[in-house]
Amino acid sequence: MIEQIDLSTVNWARAQFALTALYHWLFVPLTLGLTFLCAFFETIYVKTGKDEWKELAKFWMTLFGINFAIGVATGIILEFEFGTNWANYSWMVGDIFGAPLAIEGIAAFFLEATFFAVMFFGWNRVSKGFHLFSTWMVAIGSNLSALWILVANGWMQFPTGMAFNPDTARFEMQNFFDVVFSPYAISKFTHATTSGFALSSFFVIAVSSYYLARRRHVTMAKRSIAVAAVFGLVSSLMLAFTGDEAAFIDAKHQPMKLAAMEGLWNGSRNAPVVAFGIVNGMKQPGDFQDPFVVEFKVQGLLSLLANRQAGSFVPGINDLVFGNRDYHISGVTDMMKKGKLAVKYLAEYKNAKKAGDLSNASRALAEFNKYKKYLGYGHLDLPKESVPPVAITFYSFHLMAAVGTAMILIFFLYLVFTAKGTIDRTTWLYPIGILFFILAYIAGEAGWIVAEVGRQPWAIQGLLPVKMARTDIAPVNVKLTFFMFLVTFTLLLIAEIKIMLKQIQIGPKGGEAK
Amino acid sequence: MIGSLDTVTLQKLWWLIGSVVGSLFLFLTFVQGGQTLLWQLGKNETEKSLIINSIGRKWELTFTTLVLFGGALFAAFPKFYATSFGGAYWVWIAILFTFIVQAVSFEYRKKPDNLFGSTVYEAFLFINGTVGILLIGTAVGTFFTGSNFVLNEYNLVRWTTPWRGLEAAQNIFNVSLGLFLVLNARVLGALYLLNNIDFSGMDTFKTRTRNAILSNFIAALPFLLIVLIGLLTMDGFNVNPATGTVSMMPFKYLKNLVEMPIVLIILLAGLGLVIFAVYSAKFQKRDSGIWFAGPGTVLVGLSVFFTAGYNHTPFYPSKVDLQSSLTIFNASSSHYTLTAMTYVALIIPVVLAYIAYVWKLMDSKKLKAEELEGPEASENY
Repeated sequence: MIEQIDLSTVNWARAQFALTALYHWLFVPLTLGLTFLCAFFETIYVKTGKDEWKELAKFWMTLFGINFAIGVATGIILEFEFGTNWANYSWMVGDIFGAPLAIEGIAAFFLEATFFAVMFFGWNRVSKGFHLFSTWMVAIGSNLSALWILVANGWMQFPTGMAFNPDTARFEMQNFFDVVFSPYAISKFTHATTSGFALSSFFVIAVSSYYLARRRHVTMAKRSIAVAAVFGLVSSLMLAFTGDEAAFIDAKHQPMKLAAMEGLWNGSRNAPVVAFGIVNGMKQPGDFQDPFVVEFKVQGLLSLLANRQAGSFVPGINDLVFGNRDYHISGVTDMMKKGKLAVKYLAEYKNAKKAGDLSNASRALAEFNKYKKYLGYGHLDLPKESVPPVAITFYSFHLMAAVGTAMILIFFLYLVFTAKGTIDRTTWLYPIGILFFILAYIAGEAGWIVAEVGRQPWAIQGLLPVKMARTDIAPVNVKLTFFMFLVTFTLLLIAEIKIMLKQIQIGPKGGEAK
Repeated sequence: MIGSLDTVTLQKLWWLIGSVVGSLFLFLTFVQGGQTLLWQLGKNETEKSLIINSIGRKWELTFTTLVLFGGALFAAFPKFYATSFGGAYWVWIAILFTFIVQAVSFEYRKKPDNLFGSTVYEAFLFINGTVGILLIGTAVGTFFTGSNFVLNEYNLVRWTTPWRGLEAAQNIFNVSLGLFLVLNARVLGALYLLNNIDFSGMDTFKTRTRNAILSNFIAALPFLLIVLIGLLTMDGFNVNPATGTVSMMPFKYLKNLVEMPIVLIILLAGLGLVIFAVYSAKFQKRDSGIWFAGPGTVLVGLSVFFTAGYNHTPFYPSKVDLQSSLTIFNASSSHYTLTAMTYVALIIPVVLAYIAYVWKLMDSKKLKAEELEGPEASENY
């Protein structure tokens, strides 16, 4: 379709998406969870009528507001970046992809925008009950917006409910409910939001631990920890459960991603999970190099986790690239051949139609239909292009999984010492709580790296490679905007952190006396 | 019932929905207008605080409406989204940039340790209200004056100038439309403040606000005239309904107004409402002008979008390759998607209803200076 592909535009656009998405995800998870925590705190205030809970809720809301503003700032660019940097993508899948983005605006953003003003400025303007309702609406609105954008992302991972229309040269929606209720949409939504809940719980725990260590706002900090530890423990258990589900559907629909996550080059019926390993970054498909420099394996565990059946076959990268007849896996090399035919017959169809040659057009179309499901592979030049960066995917995945598992224990400890009534004396736990707040951020970002880097080279899994999705624009433009965003977002982040730290230092009103 | 609508009806319906969202955005730019009036009207910290807190409770609505405008166009007219955002790259990036810096400015301006100091955040707000709105107007201007793009047989866009959309700012019609929107936003901003703030004991502040309404309106008039005269006299882009071929037609947009008299009525009614609002605020000393100028702006906006998109008119024309021009018919989503989205759009009235309810609830009491200095002060911007 585009004769000459300028890779540097693609790579700058890729880098820009990574930059803006990773920045955005610094703020979103805290919005998703902290808003629920604020709603819990305010609910307790309304139920008990105690003003301390109101001050406590207000304090966390102040921090929520600081984070929310920069979340909005970094979010708007993502919505429009699909158009600016990925114009071909926007045209080719806009018929499907645009809908959840529009619904996000209609059904979620207005809830947030409308009730946010009440939550912050409505204490003396609306009734107690309506204020509480508004806080809950902000929580629900934020999470609904996550739902719709993750439906969109889930569809990129697992395109369903659509068909390619050769006349318009785009993919068109066939079933809205397939798109919305796809297993990927549900998995992405539950996993991403629960990770936000866990991170937000650590935020509350970390700030409160800091107060306990300083012997400031002790009652407020203990109360905050009690609520956050419960929310965090429940969320982190859900997070582990949904993470397992995510890997299970990856095994079904994105086996290449799963293979990269575990550094599995050659498939087996006794596939291992690598508990710890150092990846050999030089390894290429089909060579005989060792995949790891160092590794500690648990044999058979991956077969069990991926297929929920001990001794089941898990394909490795080489099986997926070159095919494996024993297990009926057709390889990328084979799919590329069929894909090139699809590209060729589509062009023939277009030309014949333009020339008014109906018989040749219908012949070309019939041929195209035979191979159309491989269309995306027709745009790859080399089979090895279909392999995502293994090392980044492997390390990100393992880091995320390790932190995610350890989180459960930390929440549990905070809860136990809260229940025993000794949390304000358990000083050794505070630095761990604060450390895990930072680790939760890193794990969340790593999760997105697994999800997105792990599915390269695809913008739409199997159908549209990233290099075909880009805008026809000189690289200098995208490079310039990359640095514009880098500088702006970094400065705004520094401002946000400084403001946040200052507010934490100031603390809640009247908290000192209690 | 929605399921049985044909594609053409759905395409027209979605242009209507897009027009409504875009026009509501123009009304809500009273926030941007207020931002640019901050230094002019607010002569001390109390007055500035009142301005910021008055419009600050609405900024997210404006922002969200802009985002929805983008999202709705993406869903309903993806070819426009791809062509314009990917093609007129720098215009949109510049617009978005002004909204990025706006989003943090209300919240961070008065917070201690905010890195830049409040003046910089106020400058961000000013840039958003001037450059941001000016460029949005310029971009809308290209709906009539055309852009520099070519679509290939796979509908992929190539822009023919390295300026990537910024070249639209060379056209006096486009720029005039942008400047009119900036000044109209200032009129709306001053009208909103007049209605929203309790000015008791601050007579000079109130007079200043009242005067700003008239002065900005007078400043807007020449640009309005250029736009109106331009629109009525220029050659426009026309689609032959039988062949789908696009060609230039003398007095095309005048013809659209004549052939769609309802649009002409909407335009005149809208302008009349804005003029009445200015008159009543300045000369009858009434405070409720925003409720005339706001709907008036919506009506003017609707007439602009209707003239651009209906009556066999390509709403996003290409002046370098007429046949690449986008119409609501060739740029739209599939019948299935438009139908599905129309079901979704049924919740729009519900959304509008709760926005209106909360708006009324929050604004029933005017904003007082004491509120910003009392025990609740920390909750304010």
